[in-house]
Amino acid sequence: MADSLLSLDPQAPASGAPIAIAVEDLSHWYGHGSMRRQVIDGLQFRVAAGEVVLLTGPSGCGKTTLLSLVGALRSVQQGQVQVLGQELNGSGRRTRQQLRRSIGMIFQGHNLLRCLSAEQNVQMGADLLPGFSYRARRDQAREWLRAVGLGDELHKLPHDLSGGQKQRVAIARALAARPRLLLADEPTAALDSRTGREVVELLQQLAREQGCAVLMVTHDPRILDLADRVLRMEDGRLVEPGSGQRLWSREHLADVPVQ
Amino acid sequence: MNPLAWLTAWWGSRRIPLAWLLLTRQPVRLAVALAGISFAGILMFMQFGFRDGLFDASVTIHRLFDADLVLISPRSSSSVSMAGFPRRRLVQALADPEVTGVTPVHWSLLLWRNPETRATRSILTLGFEPTDPLFTDPGLAAKARVLSERGRVLFDELSRPEFGPVAPWFKQGRTVESEISGKRIRVGGLVSLGTSFGADGNLLTSSETFLQLLPNTPPGSIEVGLVRLRPGADVAAVQARLRRELPSDVQVLTKAGFIAFEQDYWRTSTSIGFIFTLGAGMGFVVGCVIVYQILYSDVSDHLPEYATLMAMGYRLTHLLGVVAREGLLLAILGYIPAFAAGQGLYLVVRNATNLPVAMDTGRATLVFSLILIMCMGSAALAMRRLGDADPAEIF
Repeated sequence: MADSLLSLDPQAPASGAPIAIAVEDLSHWYGHGSMRRQVIDGLQFRVAAGEVVLLTGPSGCGKTTLLSLVGALRSVQQGQVQVLGQELNGSGRRTRQQLRRSIGMIFQGHNLLRCLSAEQNVQMGADLLPGFSYRARRDQAREWLRAVGLGDELHKLPHDLSGGQKQRVAIARALAARPRLLLADEPTAALDSRTGREVVELLQQLAREQGCAVLMVTHDPRILDLADRVLRMEDGRLVEPGSGQRLWSREHLADVPVQ
Repeated sequence: MNPLAWLTAWWGSRRIPLAWLLLTRQPVRLAVALAGISFAGILMFMQFGFRDGLFDASVTIHRLFDADLVLISPRSSSSVSMAGFPRRRLVQALADPEVTGVTPVHWSLLLWRNPETRATRSILTLGFEPTDPLFTDPGLAAKARVLSERGRVLFDELSRPEFGPVAPWFKQGRTVESEISGKRIRVGGLVSLGTSFGADGNLLTSSETFLQLLPNTPPGSIEVGLVRLRPGADVAAVQARLRRELPSDVQVLTKAGFIAFEQDYWRTSTSIGFIFTLGAGMGFVVGCVIVYQILYSDVSDHLPEYATLMAMGYRLTHLLGVVAREGLLLAILGYIPAFAAGQGLYLVVRNATNLPVAMDTGRATLVFSLILIMCMGSAALAMRRLGDADPAEIF
């Protein structure tokens, strides 16, 4: 299966690194009967380990649905989705729950637990790791918070943190579970452009250090140059980058000033 | 593995105490929940306390008798309506080789006039031969000597104050005289017995004085016959033998049976037990509603957070465990103030009513079990809301 994908997929990663995500002929519908509406139509792409891939496109084109399918949050209706070597089509609830432990997720609305301090929120991620003592997991949580520059805010509740800080806590939480794949849905949407770029740079750097693949949905053109590749989606399909879309080429993006 | 090592290992591998933090980081909600649970607990403690206190209090006197077997009339239904039976039966019982002694006792509620206000009130009066043993308390024999003089009574100093300041006056050395059924009597001493729901006060007197106070009593009729057996005698065997030998105008009970006879009356022939159990039940229901409301809104408010945890790879059972632990913590935290307040209120009730209401292990366990059922049941219902936590909806 993986071999055939390798030869067929036009959206192949440049390197020969192991494959984190392999999607083939993926289609998805919402609703039933006459209300049935296709949101994803024959998608095909792959993401290698250690690669940072941005997914962009207009609202309602199916990006978020794709993320929830790849993130094993939704069952696959048609096509193949292999995530970290696990086929998701026809997989059970338990398999998906187990797989999610290896997938870090960062949400638009950060989704921190309000009643937990920054440190405890991050530890909720670390707590999923087997075989570490409470103290070791807490120390890991503190290290991650220092890595995202929040070493002084360990005991603050989300309520007392700024939007950028909350998003950084969410990143630390996602990374604390040592994921092999990181999915992010517009992590910069709630942030000003400078903070947004800082957060994504941080994410990219930490993901590279961990050898973790990143698939990130974004509308923010200022961060596109941080990606290894950019996938553009329209109406449930992937659109060839560069075909009349010069904005999306890396060479061009390098010239876009960053505020 | 020894328990300490196990505990250390458990403590070392613990996770973030999510249930505890969910509760304590919302202090207002926690306070409301604990107030509700404590209220329910206090209500249950009071209602069960009153009920058990009533059943206990109804046998305050019964417990004191120096008897192995007790003879009463089959027509007697309770301490407030004792019927008479022929005194001869007691003499017949004395013929049994195992029986070492008997005490005939007259038993009636009489009207006592308060020596201060002149108001009358019904008081339980026992008449016996002052030389016979009546109570297990050995101090009574000396006090009873004064009863050999006609018109003398021993007054229970634990009687309700409505009977007048008899005990203080007597202790001051004053001569306390009063009137029963139009006859003048004088208090010759004080005893310490205790009130019950059936009798607000107690009076001991000699058979002779008793018959003077109640001249219509048929001669040779008594209400209670105390039978004492040789030490080591088989009480059940003697009871069976006396039942066989004595006519059916008398009922042979053990002392425990005599106590049960009185309690059964209050339990089955009055609605008191039902009323107090209903009161406790209402406390239980109110507590259930409050805890369910709190836990349900807690789960609803945190639904996106629960969904996030599921997206992170936490299992649904783990989250159900969080809600269950919240219920358990609420039960424990709510029970402690209920227990403390229960103790305090029992003290108040004891002082105000002289009823023997006290915290006992059985009731403490019962109320804790009910609170636990209340909290865990509510948690189980609130858990159904967790089914709505859909991780697919959080992106």
